[in-house]
Amino acid sequence: MSDIQNNYQKYHSHISSKHRWFDLKLKEVWQYKDLIWLFTKRSFVVTYKQTILGPAWIVLNPIITSFIYAFVFGGIAGMGTDGIPQMAFYMTSTAIWTFFSTCLTNNATTFTSNAAVFGKVYFPRLTTPISNVLSTMIQFLIQFGIAMAFVIYYVIIGQLSPNWWAFSLIPIVLIHLGMMGMGLGIIISSMTTKYRDLSVLVGFGVSLWMYATPIVYPLSQLDSQFNNNVLKMIIMINPVTMPVEVLRYAVLGKGTIDPFFLTTSWIFTILVIVFGIMVFNKVERTFMDTV
Amino acid sequence: MALNGIDLTIYQGEAVGIIGSNGAGKSTLLKLLSKVTAPTEGEIDIYGRIASMLEVGTGFNGELTGRENVYMNGAILGMTKQEIDAKMEQIIDFSEVRDFIDTPVKRYSSGMFVKLAFSVAAHLDSEIMIMDEVLAVGDMAFQKKCLDKMKEAADRDGRTVLYVSHNMNTIRQLCDRCIVLNQGKVVFEGMVDEAIEMYMGLRSESPEIVSFENLKRQRKDLVDGIKISEIRILNHDIWKIKVGEKLQFMLTVKANKVLQNIGYRSRVVTVDGNSVSVLLAPRLITCQAGDVISIPLEADLSELVPGRYMLTPVLYGANEYGGWHFYDHIDAAIVLEIETQEGFNENMPWEQRWWGSVKLPELVDLRKQ
Repeated sequence: MSDIQNNYQKYHSHISSKHRWFDLKLKEVWQYKDLIWLFTKRSFVVTYKQTILGPAWIVLNPIITSFIYAFVFGGIAGMGTDGIPQMAFYMTSTAIWTFFSTCLTNNATTFTSNAAVFGKVYFPRLTTPISNVLSTMIQFLIQFGIAMAFVIYYVIIGQLSPNWWAFSLIPIVLIHLGMMGMGLGIIISSMTTKYRDLSVLVGFGVSLWMYATPIVYPLSQLDSQFNNNVLKMIIMINPVTMPVEVLRYAVLGKGTIDPFFLTTSWIFTILVIVFGIMVFNKVERTFMDTV
Repeated sequence: MALNGIDLTIYQGEAVGIIGSNGAGKSTLLKLLSKVTAPTEGEIDIYGRIASMLEVGTGFNGELTGRENVYMNGAILGMTKQEIDAKMEQIIDFSEVRDFIDTPVKRYSSGMFVKLAFSVAAHLDSEIMIMDEVLAVGDMAFQKKCLDKMKEAADRDGRTVLYVSHNMNTIRQLCDRCIVLNQGKVVFEGMVDEAIEMYMGLRSESPEIVSFENLKRQRKDLVDGIKISEIRILNHDIWKIKVGEKLQFMLTVKANKVLQNIGYRSRVVTVDGNSVSVLLAPRLITCQAGDVISIPLEADLSELVPGRYMLTPVLYGANEYGGWHFYDHIDAAIVLEIETQEGFNENMPWEQRWWGSVKLPELVDLRKQ
């Protein structure tokens, strides 16, 4: 009884029609860390519950995609891979691009696909996109593991020499791309609660973006094959380019890292994530009335 | 605007009932208090943590087992894993589904589902409990258990309970104080009995035509295909008949699919929420997409005593698994008043509260035959 009496005084919350833009409410998100983990686990368990192959799909998906890329881009189009064995090149590229694009597209529907739960109970909404990023990260690690199997094979037969020390940069690449994908995703999600039109464009946008990123071709290809400076500039400014090249530098031993564009990419990411959370927190307050 | 100019103080340790007709703003009030949506104007100060149950089993996932869902639901409601671990046994005991706790909940009956879900919410470490008619499901024994649990929380533990319901009996049992909302405003605040009287007074008989064309349905499990667009009384110009008189009405439905043998029924409930009976019309409608069908119907309500009743119209059909599903369901959509008239029970006034709402034929003195 006395505990309860004390708790009435201990927990005080104030709800107001005024919204504080610069309060990112991250402390509250931390209090719900168990929920984030459960969401992560759930999305994993539920996705593969009614499939025959189950989680094997995580492995099969990139292998099939890599074969297609090797056939279409490496074979028919005759694009080079900077002297790197094709399977190692495409597996690594697909894994990292899938990570980024999934972070973006999954979070782009945060509000609309969670409307039923959001409408009935309050918890910091940010837990949903964060757990999305985490489960995508686990998926990446599995795919990356498969890619590493190819890499190690080529290392043994002497066709590949990774920069092993740079593997320590991979977590940073993941945080970098995870935050960028999530930031863009939640901005889109916040803008599509009322008008859904934009969400249709996301699919197109993301596949277009992939071709503007050195995924199916190495960045070094640009110097040798094109003399088009505008195109090259676009690809360099593209904030996904540098993190991808960092990963390649580590895993494949060849990557073009430009410190200037790496910095601009980080600045972009931080702006996107802070702005994203601000808009997200704002929309979260009343979206139930518009969704 | 769903709510406007509300100024309320709920005191620590109170059990407060919130009543009002559909669309009065009850759910909006609870949503604001539980932070699901933010107010466009005004301030709310809350002392203590809130456990809100606006729905049973929010976040439950059919693929996960009962136990996994307890973790999930508990975390959504704000518990940490440690707290859930500590309470797991209590939760399972209270829910009465121990034998199935490791079975995916998609194999649960709806009763089991509700029991488990309520059990999680009831074991939250919170000072304030908010409940939106969640007790409407589950068997009678469990309903009583839930009410007792809430009562215990309020009386013994000193928690604060906010409870919304259409069922005046449960409000009477649980609440110390009652708030009546009407069209977004507080119209009464005070003793439970007075509040219920006030609320019943607000529900006067419906006008001749009751249209449902633009009404947002509250139930989430309705199947698309056919909806009621309006119901109009034919033998009067408002929904008021004399005792013993037949009720004639026109049911108009609008279909957007080819459907066969859709049944119509309407539950008859007293204004304080007690079920009286149901009017049935099985296999009434067969329709093409785009059809608008009007069907005149007659109901014999001669057994009902004078008073006010609420009708809940439902369109239902069989689904492919041999069960039933609803196409439309509008809770307490129509208020029907049955007026007394000369000749009705002349000797004594009918005490509906004790005698019920159905007047059976008088006893036959066999000696006189």
